[in-house]
Parts: sequence; C-alpha cells; structure tokens
Amino acid sequence: MSADLAPAVAAAAAPLHRALGLTDGELVEIERRLGRGPNDLELAMFSVMWSEHCSYKSSRPLLRTLPTGGDDVVAGPGENAGVMRIGDGWAVAFKIESHNHPSAVEPYQGAATGVGGILRDIFAMGARPIAVLDALRFGDPADPRTRHLVNGVVRGVGGYGNCVGVPTVGGELVFDPSYQGNPLVNVMAIGLVREDAIVRATAPGPGNLVILYGSATGRDGIGGASVLASATFGAQDPSKRPAVQVGDPFAEKLLIEATLEILAAGLAEGLSDLGAAGITCGVSETADRAGTGIRVDLDAIPRREPGMAPFEVMISESQERMVVIARPDRLPQIAAICERWGIPCGVIGRVTDDGDVAVIEGGLAPDGMPNPGARELARIPARALASDAIVFDRLAAPPSRRRRTPAPGSTETAADMLPEGGTDPGAVLLGLLGSPNLASRAWVAEQYDRDVGTNTVGSAGHGAAVLRVKGTRRALVATTDGNEAVSALDPYLGAALSVAEASRNVSVTGARPLGVTNCLNFGDPTRPESFWQLREAVRGMGDACRALGLPVTGGNVSLYNEAPGSAIAPTPEIGIVGLLDDVALLVGPAFAADGDVALLAGAGGPGLGGSAYAAVAGLAAEDDLPGLDLAAEAAVQAFVRDAIAARHVTAAQDVSGGGLAVALAEMAIWGGRGGQFRVPVPSAPAVALFGESPSRIVLTVRPPDLAAVRALAGRHGVKIAELGTVGGPRLVIEMFGEGATGAAEGRGSSIADALEVTLADLRHAWDHGLPRALGEEA
Amino acid sequence: MSVRVGVVVFPGSNCDTDTAWALARAGAEPVQLWHESADLLGVDAIVLPGGFAYGDYLRAGAIARFSPVMRAVAGYAADGGLVLGICNGFQVLAEAGLLPGALLRNRTLRFVCRDVAIRAERADTAFTHRVPGGGVLRMPVAHGEGCYYADAATLDALERDGRILFRYVDAAGSPAPAGDRANPNGSLRAIAGVINAAGNVAGLMPHPERAADALLGSDDGMLVLRSLVESAGERAGTIQHAVAG
Repeated sequence: MSADLAPAVAAAAAPLHRALGLTDGELVEIERRLGRGPNDLELAMFSVMWSEHCSYKSSRPLLRTLPTGGDDVVAGPGENAGVMRIGDGWAVAFKIESHNHPSAVEPYQGAATGVGGILRDIFAMGARPIAVLDALRFGDPADPRTRHLVNGVVRGVGGYGNCVGVPTVGGELVFDPSYQGNPLVNVMAIGLVREDAIVRATAPGPGNLVILYGSATGRDGIGGASVLASATFGAQDPSKRPAVQVGDPFAEKLLIEATLEILAAGLAEGLSDLGAAGITCGVSETADRAGTGIRVDLDAIPRREPGMAPFEVMISESQERMVVIARPDRLPQIAAICERWGIPCGVIGRVTDDGDVAVIEGGLAPDGMPNPGARELARIPARALASDAIVFDRLAAPPSRRRRTPAPGSTETAADMLPEGGTDPGAVLLGLLGSPNLASRAWVAEQYDRDVGTNTVGSAGHGAAVLRVKGTRRALVATTDGNEAVSALDPYLGAALSVAEASRNVSVTGARPLGVTNCLNFGDPTRPESFWQLREAVRGMGDACRALGLPVTGGNVSLYNEAPGSAIAPTPEIGIVGLLDDVALLVGPAFAADGDVALLAGAGGPGLGGSAYAAVAGLAAEDDLPGLDLAAEAAVQAFVRDAIAARHVTAAQDVSGGGLAVALAEMAIWGGRGGQFRVPVPSAPAVALFGESPSRIVLTVRPPDLAAVRALAGRHGVKIAELGTVGGPRLVIEMFGEGATGAAEGRGSSIADALEVTLADLRHAWDHGLPRALGEEA
Repeated sequence: MSVRVGVVVFPGSNCDTDTAWALARAGAEPVQLWHESADLLGVDAIVLPGGFAYGDYLRAGAIARFSPVMRAVAGYAADGGLVLGICNGFQVLAEAGLLPGALLRNRTLRFVCRDVAIRAERADTAFTHRVPGGGVLRMPVAHGEGCYYADAATLDALERDGRILFRYVDAAGSPAPAGDRANPNGSLRAIAGVINAAGNVAGLMPHPERAADALLGSDDGMLVLRSLVESAGERAGTIQHAVAG
C-alpha cells in the first residue's frame, strides 16, 4: 500500500480517537502536546479528560468572566467545591452538579450516584456533608415514561441520601415539555468544615504516596464523562447502560467517616475523590495543581473483576473511591483507619518531580521506582490532561426564531383574558396552586430523610432550607432556583432572574446570601444557537451576581442535553447559601398571627411571559417578559434583611411562581389562617394577581411596627403597598384601580372584582396537585 | 455522678451522633459502643440508634444481630439492663428476638419522613414515666421498613399484657388504622413501639432524638429520653448501693 493511501484506510476503519469521542482537530492538539502520537491507553485517558464534563473546553472562556472574588471566599472555582467563611472559625463548602444523562438512562442509579458524587466533592474538601438539595426537571407528568423517571430518580436520591445519613432538605421539581427526552437531575450538597482543616486536591512532595481507598475498581461507568455527559444521545439506548455507575451508599458512609478521621489526624497532604474520569482525573489534576507528576502502579489497583484492560482501570468511574496523598510514614495510620471502617486501601502510586502521569505495569519497587522488567504503558504531562486541556472558542448566534410553539388554540399575545374570558380569579388561583409546578412537593419531600443530623429548622418545602450550626447561634440558609421558562425566551434574563430569585429566597429568611454555585444545563455547544444561549446565560448570571455582591464559587456545566429532535430549555440552575448570624431571628413564610398587616415591598411591572399563569392559561406570552432592575432587586432584599434584623417582620415570602396571589395563598396555607387583602390593578387583573414580575416580597408586620417598617423602606428606596390584614378562614383579595375587574364590569363583564377562596379549598388544591398529576392519587 | 448511656455504633448507623447529642441534653454522658467490641464499658443503659447498620441491603437489622456488640447487648438485656431501640435500633432488636414482632416494608413501599403523633400507652415504664398520662407526643419518623407486624395471637397478647408502648394517633387522638395518613407505614393496631415482658427493653420507630430541641419543631422526644436517663440513674444508684453495702 502506498503511503498516500494510508489516511483513507485509517478513516475507513473508524479510528479509535473518533470512537472515543475525540475530533480529528483534538487529536492534532494531543499530538502537539505529547510531541508524538498517543498510544491507545493515552488516547483513552485524553478522551475522558478532554471531555466537556472534565475540561470545560467550551465553557471555560465564558466562566472566566464570572465574579469569583470576595472577602469570605476561602476556595473558589477549580476546587472540588467552593468554600466560604461563616465566622467562629467555621466555613461552609457547597457545590451543585448535574447527573442528567445517567438519570435518563437508569434513573435510580443515575440519581443515586449523582448524590454520591456531589457528597464526595464536599468531604474531599474536608467538610462533613450536612445537607443535600435536588433540583429535578422532567417532561409531561402524565406521560408513563416521565412517571417512570420521576419515580426512579426520587427513589434514587432518597435511597442514597437516606442511607448515607445526610438530610435532603430542599430543591425543585419542575415539569416542562422540553425535558421530555432529557430530564435534568442537579444535586447540590453543603458541608461544614473548620477553616484550618480545609484540604485541597493536590499532590505535593515527590516521594509521597498515592493511596487509593474505598471500593474496588470495576467496569461500571466506563467513559461516563465522555460517552454520557458529553454527547447527544437517544434516550432509550441500552448500549449506554454500562456507562452508568452503580452506587453503594453504605460504602459512601464508611468513606465519609474514614476520610474525616484521616484528615482530623492530619495524615493527608492532599485529597481527591474519584468521580468523572476516575483515577486518570484524580492523579492528573492533583499532580497538575502541585506541579508534580504521579507514577501509577497499575497492578496495585484492586479490581472488581479479572481481565480488565489497562484503559478500563484508568478511566473507570466506579463509585465510592478516594485518593489521599500522604507521606510514607503516615501509611500505617491511614491503613488502620481504613481497616477500622472496613475499607480496602492500598498504595497505587508515587508522587514524582517530572510533571508526568506515568502508568506502570509490572509493579513498583519499595523505593517507588518501577520494578525491573516493568513496562511503562503511558506517559502524559499532567497539565496536558488538566489545566492545559483544549479550549474552544465556539460560534455563538442568536436563534432566528426565539418563540416557543404556542399551545393549540392559544391566543397570540399575552392579553389579560381573566375578566373578559369569564374566568373566576379564585378558580384560576386554585388551578395554579394545584398545577404540577406549584403544588405541594410533600409527595417527593416525604421520601427523603430531611431531619438526620438534627439541624434542619422549619418545614420542608416552605421556602428556603434552614440548617442551624450546632455549637453556634448561626444558621445556614440554602436554596436552588432555575427559570427555564424565561431562559427559553431570553437566556440572559432567565439566568439573571434565577440568581435574583435564589438570593431573594435566602434574604426573606433574614439571612445574608454568601455565594453562588451553578449548574449550567444546555444543549450541544457546537450548535451556534445553543452556544449563544450558554453565553447569554453566563453573562446574565455574572451581571446579577455583581449587582447583588455574590461571588460564584464553583459549579458544573452539562452540555449536550438533547434528545432526538429536541433540546432542553436552557436551564441555568442557581444554588445559593446564606448565613443567618442568629437563628433566633429566623423568619418563616407562614402567616404568623391574626391581625398582622401584610405589605408588598417592591414595585411590580407588566409582563406575563414565562409565567405559570401563561402556561396554565395557554397564553403564548413569549414577547411579554417581565423586566429585571438589579438595583431595585438589591434594594428590596437589603430592606427585608434589615427589617428582619430589627425584629419587625413576622413572616416573609418572595413573589415568584404564580405571582402575588399564589404567594399570599401559600402563606395562608402554611400559617393555617387566611386574610383580607386589597391589590391595586394598574393594568390587568391577571398581571396584578398572577404576574411574576421580580424584586417583590410579601411581608407581615405587627401594626405597631408599621411606621418603622415604612420608614426603613423609605431609606432603602423601596416602595411599600399595604395589602391588608391576616386572619380568618378565607383568602380574600379585592382588586381596585384602573384595571380592576370592576372596570371590566363597566364594559359588560359579569365578573366580581374580588377573589375569595376558603383556606380548606386552597389547601386541598395545593396538597393533592402533584400526586394527582403523577397518577399516584385518583 | 452522671448517668452513662451507651450508644451502639454500627458502621452504617447515622443517628448515633444525634442520639448522643440528645442524650447529653437529657443529662446523660453518652458512651460510644463500637459494633466489633463486646465490651459494654459498664454503661447504665444502652440505646441502639437509627441508620442502616450494615447497609441493610438484605433486610433492616438482619446482619446486625450477629455482631459482637449485639451478643453482649442480649446478655445485658437478659440481666435486666435498660435497652432502647430507635428506628433501625428497633428493627435490630426485633431481628434479634429481644422484642416481639417484625418491621415490614411500609405499605406504600416508599420511604416516609414526616412528623407523626404518637400516644404513650403506658406512663409507668422506664422509658415513659416522664410522659404525662395519655400524653400525645409529636416527633418525626424516617424509615422504609416500619410497618409493625405480628400474628393476631401475639398482638392480642401484647395488648392484654400492656406491652404496646406507643401508638400512632390521628388528630382526634384515636389510634390510626393502616391506611390512615396518621399511621405512616401501615402498622397493625397502630403500633409505633413495644416493650418486652420484663419491662427493660423497648423499641419505637419514631425518632425521639429528633424531637429534642424546640427550634427544630418539637422537644417531645426529651420526655422519652429523660425517662430513660432517670431510670438508668436510679438503677445505677441501686447497683452501686449494693456494691458499696
């Protein structure tokens, strides 16, 4: 065969790099970094480390634009988890991560290992995990496949979290048609660590040991990062199943306890979990951070089954494994701790000074050098796998058509159809409260242990999660929020609104939001429209974080969320942790006492686009999005925090999904008392009652505190409207002003200008909406 | 002289530190009892906490009964020592035959975590004497296998002998039958907890240690834990008396 035929022959035989998901251009970049062609094992190692999941090759240039600094930031992006100072020597570690594709293929194990993976990120920093929040998104709840996925994912989150002993305290459950073929499973974890006990994922000190402890390495999760997380796939493709990892929460529990004991005894120089890309990732990233190399003793890695090829061992994503870097004299103590917890442990390599990850077959001698006759199977500069991985400047282009397809028979614009359409606003409120996206989450929340740890304050599903910090007066407040409905139309605004809402959810408890972790769930970044969505969302997130003074401490990017024929609504998911200096000041969202005065802080605006009302009413409201004034958002949040600190507030709740009417209804349901309210209607009743214009908070105060609260609002430049009085067995909302239904009556409508619903009816709709939607209740 | 209460720690226990924390609030000195050791360290009472003892992949508590610590606990109970099992601890005691009945999977076949109301059916035991007569306590449950089951003859005997310690009750205070939301797992005769014939071993599915701080919603569980700690203190005093005399 002549030399000029070779490329054609090679292409016809489907070259290995393509089978591993690498492009021809990426192969060229690999060869440039190595100064030669890679062998098959090296190619496999590159394929997982240069996956979107591990390398952030598409998103890295965007993520660099985010604000990451702050006085309280102890560890930021690039570490296993962000860490922020909370006082008294304590710090909080937190991070959110996706497990979307594994959960689509095998919902129970996908979700379970999602929990396990994010927990390892937390205790890999030296922090004891204290809480999990799960943000879940699915397609049509009436669809049998959706029900199968919901059931499996919820059982998986619970099966893992309940056993491992970390409470699941909050999150989201959202149904949207765009997730039909590609559900989203984002899991956030929070941990507590003494600031001086934080450990880093680094491998310093040539001669130090690389010690693997935890489960044996098997064939599960081969190529999870590259095959599943980084490519579009058919949702029912069984050939992908071996790429899903299998979780063992009992093993994770042992791993947590052993890890924290190893760290407490001061035995670790560095620590890393083994998640995506397995041992390859653990050794290359730790070595790269320390500027060292690692010589891996392939034969020393315990296997779950015989006959595993070197590449399988090096890239397996078997769960519940950790790597600790330690001085040789520490080995006996580490081994003793692992033995006490019944965990296998062994030396699988040495830190070197050559900057390379080398894989040795044939064993290492006691001095750490390869045995005579041992073979070097791979040698790659650690930085080529990690910090010097390929980065792309992807093309971004706004979509030519940004509208969603209107529902059949829906009106063309977001006109207010409430009074003219002959619809009773009370019936609309009940419909919204019972809708799958707004109804009580108890059916899900009750399947999770929310109380283990004895730190969970307040009731599940009522606003943000609150966790007191034992031994201090402090409490942490955590929430996740994403606004896919607006992001689908305007990703910049959707991301900014998500940050604003998450921050507001924390502020209404009285806590000061500390920082942001984010999970960016998007489509194929090689499609310019999809990359434009990602770019806009990152820009919106950055602007909102800067305006609200919030550093981004880390997160995760999940691309290629596409099933055949459809891409998900872009979903920038925001997790925020806040700090309440004195848990005694905590304010909840439930109406607290009859006679309290309810106030609306913040000025609303027009816009039903992306609202729950628009979805339920079948409005095609995509060109009528609410605006966001970030300065006003910051002001209203600062006002409510100050009002709470001054002990003027008896309850507070932000206005979000379902608008003001749903916010009042929830406060009434949770407080077991109604109220008599009057709402100004400048334009249309639906906008006043159900519009989701941001930067608004409902708060209740005792009448004697009213003047002080008004004065405080004035100092913050926040507009206050008095809504009425708490009490009674019904929720009554009268409307007045230019656009009230009374005005409509004058135009011949027969609709009353008040909404009046009994508390019992509100509770019934809210309680039963979700199980009914999922077919769990008749 | 503080009362020393042992808390058994299996590798998969996950309520052990919560239980130790709550016992300390109830006035005791908690002592960790590691599952691989049969040395009970001279404690005045023992609590088996919640969790997933050895992973519970087979059946809750099925493996734990064979552990060294459980052989010692069985002997301790036979000698009249006070033993309380909470949640997984109750499952272990039932598996070990120290308490009658079995804890089956919840009728919904789903894990359930929510606040329940339980009524102490006896206010004269070592575990409940601080509970006001007929008192209803609010505390959370969190389990996948909490459906109390025994054959009809055993249930009749338990009722006759006053060995049903706690029952799930509805808002009106009546025992909640299987199928009622107030009975979270479908337990027969609304049984949430039982006590042995000698009155020194008890178990319940709800978590008193999670209702030990009003900040978290309820401190009703302290009535159970204080009862245990006081009873253990009295017995310790008696024993020491005997030794000294």
